[in-house]
Amino acid sequence: MTMTPDTPMLRTTSTTDGERPVVLEIRGLSKFFGGLKAVSNVDLTLYQGDLVGLIGPNGAGKTTVFNMITGIYVPSEGDILFRGESVVGVTPHQINQMGIARTFQNIRLFPSLTVLDNVRIAYHPHAGYSLSDSIFRNGKYHQKEHELTERAQEFLSVFNLQDRQSEIARNLPYGEQRRLEIARALAAEPSLLLLDEPAAGMNPAESMALMDLIHFIRERFKLSILLIEHQMRVVMGICERITVVDFGEVIARGNPEEIQNNPRVIEAYLGRGAAQVAMRHKRN
Amino acid sequence: MLKRMDRNTLVFLAGSVFVILLVQVLISINVLNSFWLTILRIGGVMGIACLGLNLIYGFNGQFSLGQWGFFAIGAYAAADVTYRWVNDHSASGLVILTLGVLLTGLVFVLLGRQLAKIRGLDALSAFSLYLIAVIATGFLSVFLGQFLIAPVTGLINLLPAALGMQVVFFLAIIGAGLLAAEASFLLGLPVLTLGSDYFGIATLAITVIVKVLLDNSDTLFGFVEMKGARGMIGIPKIGSWLWVSIFLLATIVVVRNLLQSSYGRAIVSVREDEIAAKAMGIDVANFKTLSFVLGSLMAGVAGALYAHINGFLHPNTFNFIKSFDILIIVVFGGLGSVTGTVAAAFAWALVLEGFLRLWLPPGFETWRYVVYPLLLLLMMLLRPKGLFGGYELPFLRHSMPALRLKPATAAISNQAEPRPASAEAPSESTPGITLSQEDAQSSSEG
Repeated sequence: MTMTPDTPMLRTTSTTDGERPVVLEIRGLSKFFGGLKAVSNVDLTLYQGDLVGLIGPNGAGKTTVFNMITGIYVPSEGDILFRGESVVGVTPHQINQMGIARTFQNIRLFPSLTVLDNVRIAYHPHAGYSLSDSIFRNGKYHQKEHELTERAQEFLSVFNLQDRQSEIARNLPYGEQRRLEIARALAAEPSLLLLDEPAAGMNPAESMALMDLIHFIRERFKLSILLIEHQMRVVMGICERITVVDFGEVIARGNPEEIQNNPRVIEAYLGRGAAQVAMRHKRN
Repeated sequence: MLKRMDRNTLVFLAGSVFVILLVQVLISINVLNSFWLTILRIGGVMGIACLGLNLIYGFNGQFSLGQWGFFAIGAYAAADVTYRWVNDHSASGLVILTLGVLLTGLVFVLLGRQLAKIRGLDALSAFSLYLIAVIATGFLSVFLGQFLIAPVTGLINLLPAALGMQVVFFLAIIGAGLLAAEASFLLGLPVLTLGSDYFGIATLAITVIVKVLLDNSDTLFGFVEMKGARGMIGIPKIGSWLWVSIFLLATIVVVRNLLQSSYGRAIVSVREDEIAAKAMGIDVANFKTLSFVLGSLMAGVAGALYAHINGFLHPNTFNFIKSFDILIIVVFGGLGSVTGTVAAAFAWALVLEGFLRLWLPPGFETWRYVVYPLLLLLMMLLRPKGLFGGYELPFLRHSMPALRLKPATAAISNQAEPRPASAEAPSESTPGITLSQEDAQSSSEG
């Protein structure tokens, strides 16, 4: 690693007791698009139950990291281990079935389907009946389809979307679309959730509600969460540990306070002059 | 079984059986002459082929122009089987087609299982392996078929002649459909990796290739009876209204059952957002193949019926220009609308071949192709979402199950009660989860 982050206890800051199993381990991850280094040599470890933030200025390579974890891109170098198993070269749908779910920066629902169908699609890998069962409509189809629908409805009511089930997804208000997207991602009961800028475009009240939601699902579904976010209020409010990337490289790691006072982070976000001012201000 | 059928299903099935029988009675008492009968049957055949395309394009979102090529494959395959039965009194076509289709299907399944184990196999390598397997299977089935021709011919000859003919015809339709489906699976392997427009052009190429192959069917493949570019004659005209309507009804039921299942939802999710579908654990490549193969199966069945309505096949019928007819009907009836597709198929046949021929003054028959485009233009301007827009017959509509709150669920929503539904403005502006602040905090700590 060329860029050595400044805190000595890199991987096990603050709350980690060292006993919890590692959920996600990223080692020396790089992605080149032609000559462009989108991501270079990123390391990241997530323990069971962690809520880690991945932040950085626009174009820093955060979403590229997500795309590599979920199999949309194949890394140029490095390895991604999910519960000890490499996911490099595994197809996206298989990665999802292994237990990694994600949401997207620009919401990607199935826009012209109903809210209920959006969630039911996520249950498809667990539908439990075959294609011929569905074409011949035998008893198994009726039974399993009924169970699946009931599960989806119960699930929607956890997210308080049960009254919206027959609404077309595209007609939902923005905040509910976000909520539905998170619900859909959780329907398949993943153990790791990747949230890509969930608070983008939300007003302060909506982001507050979102933070509650994230805390709530983390407890309820026993999740580990990796979060990309731009709104500092959200990141600082909920993340226990934060990794900062800039130009594809990790420039800092630590808990929220450490990150807030890290001159390199301030420099990356606001420029060198601002970093100096901030440091001087702090000394006084 | 009957218990499970709801009212809509019974009404639909009873209604369609009534319509089918009504038309059959009208035919028997000669109210419908052979002119109108042919048009009705063509409408039914187009309905089957267009439902297949709607599955591929309307529901799966893959813009395909290959439907007409698979239609041609089905037409020629079935025609060859019945031709040999009628003119050579031999079941050679039937035996070899059935055997070939079954063996190829088996090989596809076995090979598919093996190839699934290889991580990161590219589409062209897989295609080459499948192609080699298909050619080998073809030779094998011709070789094995020789020994079966005489016994099978004898067996079918035990039946009364008319019944034997119908049995051969039915098996020919099924075999032709499966052949088209297997051809589409093979060709779909490399082609389905392409994105939207490129996929359309590549499938257009399939139609062109099939047409050129049919032009040379007698010289290149040695199917002398197909007579290449001179056109195949002597196909028995046994594609009756009953056969057409039964197959159309079966297609509608299959499409409806598929679409209202988890598999259908997965197919539609690919159209809606491929990346999101992948991220939800949907095997996108698999479902593209599934809908392409099922759609082509329907095209093959339709082609087989068409050959036996017309009694004459010519490669020019399967010119790629004609492949737009199917596309027009599907867009006309509404992408993703089953009712609209079937209605548009009949409307297309009735208007283009029926009314326009009758209404235009003698000597102006060719002006059909002036009036028809104008009609299309008007329709597209007036009803851009298709003939019926979003309307579906109750039988075909996606039923939205009513929400039943179970006790366990009710408990959760009670917990989420603090912000009541009747709340004033805030509940609109903060559409986050309606857990109260304290609840969320305490649960995150505890």
